[in-house]
Amino acid sequence: MKRKSFIKRALPVATLPFLINGLSFKAFGRGSAFDDMLRAATQTDRVLVLIQLNGGNDGLNTVIPLDQYSPLSAARSNIMIGENLVLPLNGTTATGLHPSLTGLQNMYNDQKVAIVQGVSYPNPSFSHFRATDIWLTASDAHQTLATGWVGRFLDQEYAGYPTGYPNSTDPDPLALQIGNVVSTALQGPSVNMGIAITSSSDFYQLTSGNYDPAPNTPAGHELNFIRETSIQTQLYANVIKDAALAQANLSTQYPAAGTNSLADQLKIVAQLIGGGLQTRVYMVNLTGFDTHNSQVDATGGTHTGEHADLLSKLSTAISAFEDDLRLMGQADRVIGMTFSEFGRRIQSNGSLGTDHGSALPVILFGSKVKGGLIGNNPVIPASVGTGDNIEMQHDFRSIYTSILKNWFCIPEAAVSAAMLQNFQTLDLFTESCTATSINDPDAADGTIRNYPNPANGSTVIEFQTTGGVIQMKLYDEVGREVETIVEGTYAPGTYRTELSTHKLEKGIYFYSLQEGQRKYTKRLLVM
Amino acid sequence: MKQINRLEFLGALYGNSALPDEKVKMEAPVNEFANKVIPQFDSRANTGLTQYSGPFGTTQIAHLLRRCLFGVTKADIDAFAGMTLDQAIVALTTASATPLPPVNTYNNANFTDADVPVGQTWVNTVMNTNSVNANGRRKVNFKQWWVGLMLNQERNLTEKMTLFWHNHFATQLNIYNDARGGYKHIALLRANAFGNFKTLTRLVTTDAAMLDYLNGRTNTKNAPNENYARELQELFTVGKGPDSHYTEDDVKAAARVLTGWRVDVNTLTAYFDSTKHDTTAKQFSAFYGNATIAGQSGANGANETDQLIDMIFLQQEAAKHISRKLYRWFVYYVIDAQVETDIITPMSDLIVQNNWEIMPALVALLKSEHFFDTLNFGCHIKNPLDHLVGVCRQFNIAFPTSANTVDQYKGWGIVADALLTLGMDAGDPPNVAGWPAYYQEPQFHEQWINSDTLPSRNEYTDALCSLSGVTRNGVNLKIDCIAFAQQFANAGDPNLLITDSAALLSPNDIGPTQTAFLKSILLSGQAADHYWTDAWDDYIGDPSNVTFKTAVETRLRSMYTYLMDMAEYQLI
Repeated sequence: MKRKSFIKRALPVATLPFLINGLSFKAFGRGSAFDDMLRAATQTDRVLVLIQLNGGNDGLNTVIPLDQYSPLSAARSNIMIGENLVLPLNGTTATGLHPSLTGLQNMYNDQKVAIVQGVSYPNPSFSHFRATDIWLTASDAHQTLATGWVGRFLDQEYAGYPTGYPNSTDPDPLALQIGNVVSTALQGPSVNMGIAITSSSDFYQLTSGNYDPAPNTPAGHELNFIRETSIQTQLYANVIKDAALAQANLSTQYPAAGTNSLADQLKIVAQLIGGGLQTRVYMVNLTGFDTHNSQVDATGGTHTGEHADLLSKLSTAISAFEDDLRLMGQADRVIGMTFSEFGRRIQSNGSLGTDHGSALPVILFGSKVKGGLIGNNPVIPASVGTGDNIEMQHDFRSIYTSILKNWFCIPEAAVSAAMLQNFQTLDLFTESCTATSINDPDAADGTIRNYPNPANGSTVIEFQTTGGVIQMKLYDEVGREVETIVEGTYAPGTYRTELSTHKLEKGIYFYSLQEGQRKYTKRLLVM
Repeated sequence: MKQINRLEFLGALYGNSALPDEKVKMEAPVNEFANKVIPQFDSRANTGLTQYSGPFGTTQIAHLLRRCLFGVTKADIDAFAGMTLDQAIVALTTASATPLPPVNTYNNANFTDADVPVGQTWVNTVMNTNSVNANGRRKVNFKQWWVGLMLNQERNLTEKMTLFWHNHFATQLNIYNDARGGYKHIALLRANAFGNFKTLTRLVTTDAAMLDYLNGRTNTKNAPNENYARELQELFTVGKGPDSHYTEDDVKAAARVLTGWRVDVNTLTAYFDSTKHDTTAKQFSAFYGNATIAGQSGANGANETDQLIDMIFLQQEAAKHISRKLYRWFVYYVIDAQVETDIITPMSDLIVQNNWEIMPALVALLKSEHFFDTLNFGCHIKNPLDHLVGVCRQFNIAFPTSANTVDQYKGWGIVADALLTLGMDAGDPPNVAGWPAYYQEPQFHEQWINSDTLPSRNEYTDALCSLSGVTRNGVNLKIDCIAFAQQFANAGDPNLLITDSAALLSPNDIGPTQTAFLKSILLSGQAADHYWTDAWDDYIGDPSNVTFKTAVETRLRSMYTYLMDMAEYQLI
């Protein structure tokens, strides 16, 4: 993001603009991403992207249990993927991916994908609406909740929303749905905590979606007038628009616009994340998974057809999105998760399709996701009945719980309050919530310091350690990682390192020393 | 007149050209998107007052009722289905019975009205120390009561015409500051809502609230106060139209005619004090045919007021002025030369021919080809009462009943308070000219919508349509989306449910894009219509099943929230 754009966007939330040696800087006001990083309680710079696969994804043709190939083929011979076409995964011969999922295969092999097997809940529903509501509200099968799991989480973090929002501390939407309607998952106890935006070309249609043009009649005249006013007054329109304008997509892997709706949506999400929006949860979706018939193509082979097309879109979109985030330097902040209201039946039907089932794999991705398979392949009986489903291994709410606890680092009690029950925590991330002590970036203690400051060309950073693994990173004004200054195991003592600043854009930076459970951050001004 | 910079509103009212020698500071339009000039269109309704003879079906009934009621329900439209246009107009012009007056619901732990028990009316109390202390609570109570009348309106024009007259003979309760006066004033307007313009003008002239508000009660021969005499001509009767040429001397002369009127503040009745009356002759300008009103002494001095009204009502300009106001209240704000010729002039002729009875002209307008010209459909921006009382009525929001008047008034009070936020505090318009939406060129109705009021309008409907609704002082108002959907015979068909809902809630077609968008809500992103049908049928088959109910309610709540956030919902 260009500094100018950021300053422009951030003006309403900054405290005071000030001048240093003729350079205009923004005083570091509350509400910036970095400021939020300094909050000890919650890692608010972390982002979750939820990808809903509407319709019920056929998990057995997505993550294929090769060690069950024979009984599975017997149960679904007309849609079974050829064994030699299944994409292999590093470290296992028992499990492979649908041939369309090449992008996810690569990410898996790069340790950026975790596959949680057999995700469902006790007494699963086979109704789209009911099952969707269960996943979105995180209810029990026989419990009806009006609030969504993300909504309850955000309601705890942002009490009283929407009264008093946006404000200088929280200028951005708490949750964004890319699409035209805000999901039930974002429904808080009183109001929905999210807002929806529909397209990358028009960030204004935050509530009403797109519309057809109005005629030049009295009614059309007034409609246009109200719509123009509406555009102007969308509370979050400007921050969203400015964030998007501030960050272009950098990845070349995205398919052409209009050919992959999920990729189109994730492109917007990447822009907004890169553009400095502090929004914590994004929801996107891909529809069409209700493959009762023609799941596979009758002539092209079982590895082609509707499901193959959908999975190809899914894989391409996620892969490009991750590439984009990496190029923007945002990959470490973001995880994604796919979910669908249910899997599909083990046995296929006579229409080259599958009917509503229950458990299915959930895919998590991101550079901080601990790659690998969690759980075992489903066991397929030798003789499968029409109504047979695969066994549940993981409650979907375990994944939610793990995200709240170990990704968003919210306190145990708040997790329980959002999830309404206690669930098992899964080991999903490579980084845990360790930063427990963060000091004032302007305090003059001796643990880390630098001179000269402001730096002109270079500066020397001095740090002390009691010994152990040390990591020091440089962040820009909005908390984006610029480079790693120091990384390694150090004996107790005082060390100095020179940081070259002549390639850095003028402005405010922060350097941060992570030492075990402690973290020290200091401000650096580059001239 | 108090608390108003008259130059400002005069300038706003007639444009700077009308007042060439006065420096007029136009109030900057709040909304940068509002009209800079009166809009022009590719086509305009070029129809006149000839009675409409086309089909009178649901579309036409809905259009007529949207303009005559606050909010239109399916039951309202059903009640008019099958009527002819003539029959519909007869029904709409049949006045409601006089309502019961407001009652004390405001006693609480901190305050007891010493004169009026809870549940009894305070409107006839005499002024004493207690009345002064209770006045603030009574004013609030009065406004709640009035909103209650609008919420519970019958299917006729009584409430919309009462408000019309309030906007016309505008007074500010917070300035004359007597709840009893507010009640009496509004009761006068309501009793004459369908009546005679001249008669009403005469009655308002010596109405206690008006005598206080525009200083008539301190207008004496030794210290004339021209306030009422000016507004009587400029705002209430002949107006400032292109053919209205009364003079400053006419204002002075009229003020002298009106000297001597006083108000007994204890009983809040007007009386004539001849000792304060100017008994000299009053000479008027050529605009009034150089008429002279001879000075009269003693009690006969009051007769001069009648003569003044008689003289003013010899001018057709008064009929044109009120016709333009009726047009902007019921049709649209653009009055071009064609509307002036084909609508305003014939309406004013009808008013004069009928000796200043208003209804013949209003009925002609509401029955006209012009009114039912489709170019006049769906172009009228809702005023805040249309919006808020409308949403409560449309969705049949349950208010506490008269079994608990305290809660009942609190419920009405939620709406009354919201009206304040949205800029239409009935009882307290911003000044004597009424609400700017009905006079301020060139924005007119667009005055209602700005960067503050539009989000607020959406917030109110969002909140009413939310999971928890709106709760204040223990009273909860909430939309029952299922009941709303259930009134449509084909609610299980997502296409028809959306079509029927949108047709009721919006006079304009919401278009295929928005329709598809609403459908995606009902279907939760699924492709097949039957998923909604199945969910709806499950609920209908077992309404007590919470899971079935939640499945449809969640989607309906979301769908109706979005529908009401659309620009289309702001139009009638």
